Amino acid sequence: MREDSSLSPYLALMSVFVPLSLVAIGGGPSIFAPIQKEAVDVQHWMSAREFIEIFAVARVAPGPGSMLGTLIGWKVAGWSGAIVATLALFVPSSLLCLAVSKVWNRYRGREWHAAMEMGLAPIGTGLMFSGAIAIFRMAQAGPLAWGLAIFVGAMLTWRPRMHPFALLGVGALVFNLDLWLAQSGLLR
Amino acid sequence: MAEPSTEDLAPPPSLFKLGGVLFWIGVFSFGGGLSGWIHRQVVHRYRWMTNEDFLSGIALAQILPGANVTNLCVYVGYRIRGSWGATMSLFALMSGPTVLCVLVAIGYHYVQDYPVLHACVDGVAAAAVGLNLRLGVVGTQRIYRMHRVAPMIAMVATFVAVGVMEWPLVPVVLIIAPLSVAAVWPRKGGAAHA
Repeated sequence: MREDSSLSPYLALMSVFVPLSLVAIGGGPSIFAPIQKEAVDVQHWMSAREFIEIFAVARVAPGPGSMLGTLIGWKVAGWSGAIVATLALFVPSSLLCLAVSKVWNRYRGREWHAAMEMGLAPIGTGLMFSGAIAIFRMAQAGPLAWGLAIFVGAMLTWRPRMHPFALLGVGALVFNLDLWLAQSGLLR
Repeated sequence: MAEPSTEDLAPPPSLFKLGGVLFWIGVFSFGGGLSGWIHRQVVHRYRWMTNEDFLSGIALAQILPGANVTNLCVYVGYRIRGSWGATMSLFALMSGPTVLCVLVAIGYHYVQDYPVLHACVDGVAAAAVGLNLRLGVVGTQRIYRMHRVAPMIAMVATFVAVGVMEWPLVPVVLIIAPLSVAAVWPRKGGAAHA
């Protein structure tokens, strides 16, 4: 990890992530491409290969996919860089969201508020499904992943009290079974 | 399944309790699916929020800029315990993953050659998408209960445009949102009740 006494790496991280935080309409994935461009081509924080590796880690680790920003901060300036990048990426959009939530809440109970809620909710649901597709596209997932996700969604709909850990475990098992079948040459 | 209504809600938790619940969601959210986890805990397990309120938060979280999960977390925290609730929820949810993702990055080099681990990770990630699909189903059931055609059309149109066609979200929402809201706008003399 780099020892850097100057503030400049933190300022650089903030100058990249604060604006991106406020334009990330559609969530984290919508800014992955500009983040990559900044980190690799503009700021030269890392190589394209390193970026892909970080991307893979962010997908694996707990938390939203946007933890990508945290990892870039870590690469640039260690733990303090990770914290600065996380705050820079999440605080501006969160403040905006808080402000909108407050205004939104103030008019609760009005007729037009109910209509807006009723009109916007389906868009949120449509985007929820779109997000699922986008994740699979990004991960270049095969039919096994799709099938598994649909299975889990169906199980939780059928038995809402079922614990998700059990289903996540099934996911790990199924993929290992697939790996084993592929390696043993029984299939393919 | 009965939809929790305002009368069934539990009293709001302490900030500490709220933070604790979101902290553990963050820590255990391997592979993603956080929105599904939050819904499960906040609406079903602890009954701090109604389904309807949560779904309206989902819409807001997706339309506003920023990661959908953190936006949702801010909305949920705010609805449960006001501005401090929002602040607590966001920091509680993000603190675990911030530390853990760096630890995973450090450990990644040692484990990247084990295909079994990759299979576990990919399997968990694929299954976690199912948690969010479940949330999509909850939203769809709610739309179905509106007994109106327009919201269903808005949902499908949004999904096809953004999900299937991969059209940019902003113009799609700018076109569909006003139409969708106008379709359910209260008419003179009548009232819009879900």
